[in-house]
Amino acid sequence: MSLESSLEMAANGVAKITLSGKLDAGTAPEFQQLIEQAIENKAKRLALLLGGLTFMASAGLRMLVFAKQRLGSEVDIYVIEAQEQVVETINMTGLNYSVIMLDSYDAAAVETV
Amino acid sequence: MDRIDAHPTHLFQEYKLRPGKPYPFGATLVPGGINFSVFSRNAGYCSLLLYRKGEREPYAVIPFRGLFMKVCGNEPDWVDFRIGNVFTMTILDIDHEEIEYGFRMDNPALQHSEYGKPGFFRFDPGKTLMDPYAKGIGGRDEWGREPDWTDPYWHRSRIIFDDFDWEGDRPPEIPMEDLVIYEAHVRGFTRHASSGVKDFWAGTFTGMREKIPYLKELGINCIELMPIYEFDEFEHSKRDEATGKYVKMNYWGYSTVGFFAPKAGFAATGSTGDSSMVADELKTLIKELHRNGIEVMLDVVFNHTAEGNEFGPTISYRGIDNPTYYMLTSEGYYYNFSGTGNTLNCNNPIVRTMVLDALRFWASEYHIDGFRFDLGSILSRDAFGAPMANPPLLETLAFDPVLGKCKLIAEAWDAGGLYQVGSFPAYGRWAEWNGKCRDTIRRFLKGDSGMAGAMSQVIQGSPNLYAGRGPTASINFVTCHDGFTLYDMVAYNGKHNEANLENNQDGANDNNSWNCGWEGESTDPTVNALRRRQIRNAMTMLMVSQGVPMILQGDEVGSTKYGNNNTYCHDNELNWFDWSLTEKNSELLRFFRLIIAFRHAHPILRHRHHLRNRDWKNTGYADITWHGTEAWHADWNGNVLAFLLNGQYVEEGHDPDDFIYVAMNMHWDALPFEVPMLPPEYRWRMAVNTGMDAPEDIFAPGEEPLLEDQQQVLAGGRSVCILVGRKN
Repeated sequence: MSLESSLEMAANGVAKITLSGKLDAGTAPEFQQLIEQAIENKAKRLALLLGGLTFMASAGLRMLVFAKQRLGSEVDIYVIEAQEQVVETINMTGLNYSVIMLDSYDAAAVETV
Repeated sequence: MDRIDAHPTHLFQEYKLRPGKPYPFGATLVPGGINFSVFSRNAGYCSLLLYRKGEREPYAVIPFRGLFMKVCGNEPDWVDFRIGNVFTMTILDIDHEEIEYGFRMDNPALQHSEYGKPGFFRFDPGKTLMDPYAKGIGGRDEWGREPDWTDPYWHRSRIIFDDFDWEGDRPPEIPMEDLVIYEAHVRGFTRHASSGVKDFWAGTFTGMREKIPYLKELGINCIELMPIYEFDEFEHSKRDEATGKYVKMNYWGYSTVGFFAPKAGFAATGSTGDSSMVADELKTLIKELHRNGIEVMLDVVFNHTAEGNEFGPTISYRGIDNPTYYMLTSEGYYYNFSGTGNTLNCNNPIVRTMVLDALRFWASEYHIDGFRFDLGSILSRDAFGAPMANPPLLETLAFDPVLGKCKLIAEAWDAGGLYQVGSFPAYGRWAEWNGKCRDTIRRFLKGDSGMAGAMSQVIQGSPNLYAGRGPTASINFVTCHDGFTLYDMVAYNGKHNEANLENNQDGANDNNSWNCGWEGESTDPTVNALRRRQIRNAMTMLMVSQGVPMILQGDEVGSTKYGNNNTYCHDNELNWFDWSLTEKNSELLRFFRLIIAFRHAHPILRHRHHLRNRDWKNTGYADITWHGTEAWHADWNGNVLAFLLNGQYVEEGHDPDDFIYVAMNMHWDALPFEVPMLPPEYRWRMAVNTGMDAPEDIFAPGEEPLLEDQQQVLAGGRSVCILVGRKN
């Protein structure tokens, strides 16, 4: 199974990455490329829209860590509408301390930097 | 820039290979592929087997030696991917996440040994062997899920991502003398329905993480985890045919399958089959514990493996190099100093290296703060089982640089008759589980006469055993996983292990316990009040003794196992921590919290060097003095004892402490204790009186009330009083 991914950069520096499908060792490089693009575009916030992501394995978790380290501690990472498997995985491996999880898209919170 | 070694030199079928690097052993991710390395002194040939996760048969069998096609020039080439006795090759362009791997070894020139018969070499080309250095192991991914018994390869090596974001975590390096150790079982801690932990997380590393606030409030600063290496919970298991349920399982886990992999069944992420996430989950637990000021020690089992004797399963070691890994008799039987079937040949140079590699691995990759060695005396025996004066393994571990700040603790005996409490080859580093402390406190507690002298040794951190080493060589405990819980120690005279289905023959007989007048559960208020008091007495005596105290998970809430003193095989409520007891026995829990807080508040209780029983600083009082019902006169033949610690004798780095006076009345009736006179301006305050009901049994540091009569304290029958002498 594959991954569909896209990046949308807003004028105020909010980078929205939408992921659908499976995030594993095979598809993680695509996600990594988008993160790198967001960094090049000087993203001030990263919003990950994961409503369509059905599966995240350890490679995917590492992408989140990669994003956090490259963007720096001042840049918040939002994980939005993640499915149960993904939420569980993030909680069990302790990444819930590093990202802000939202059940639904809260424009006020996410888009105001 | 592309590395040279990211390119293959040979092809075998469609697999791209090149000579590997022998170090590190095991499977390692390298640029472009995976490096495999395995040692065997006696194997004539070796093959690498690759499986898709969960499949019965391998999809690839790649020999380490054979006729391969050279990539350059496209011609056949005889290749031997080996350096010395290490088979090593790198495979390029394969995905590590979906595979499991193993080895096949044989040497047709050596005599094969039959199953069930003695012999030296146990090569079997029909078996797939787990990698001894596997960092992830599949096959028991979910605790208790019935495996396919016909699967030819039970415990399967996996390859993991070893990167992890530690966010600046470093081992806390808490001084040994400041530790209060909590011995815990990962599954038992949160498996009970009352834990409130989400069902999927119950009994796992993540479940334990949820309960860190509880541990912090209790006040412990070191958690010692019972075996978390991969072990087989189905080993020696027994099913009840009528109900289909398992009545015996390998619950405690003292039977290692793999020394480098955390038990997948202890991870909530285990059922994903992703061993990298299992590793991440455990690292996250350790990171959080460290963040909350709690060190992590592992109970490590290097004395034997899960392969048993000539009737046991072939998992790895015996099929790779039987005479190297195991102590064998001259006829080829397995020496059994562990009581479990085999004995790991720890002082063999190869095995020694594996033990060192494993410990360095846990210390560096998992930030582990210390290790407790199960049946540690086995580590001092040579290949034929003879005890050595200078065992190379113990010396190596004591001086290893990576382990330099790790705590090393030995259970200083084994099942073969070696008892080394006080004489374990220590090299100035090893501490010991002080079984004599346990026995002394228990006997003094139940009123045995003539114990005052032995108690005075325990209180000072056992200088009779550890002179020149200091009190921190002594791990003081009254209870541990072996034996009664603290509640059962005051509720049962004898063991009741019938549920173990061994006719109550298993488990220790010398429990030094006393049931306070009734065997088992009682409704008699006098019996129950005495039991509550005895538990508090035991904990108080433990916490005011020099040395390093250790308590058992559940004792703080009065857990009972109904008199079973050997619950190794029970995966049920007998072993699971019942969180409803934190409410039901909240007064006991409060006592534990405050007595631990007392220890933390008073550095005079936490010396690095033994007390001298002299006033060598000329303060007017010796560092420690002994008393009885009469001040300055101890009765060494009775069952009462008191002592006075002089707060001026704190060690460097601490402000002067209070005077601390402890009166221990193990006589059945109340006795007045004449209290030593304090210097002018100092007055006595009551910190602990186990003879009183809560909340007057103990007061928080700083809130102790003034003693009404500054000259004497009435200690009730079988109770302990602590007074603090402070200026004001």
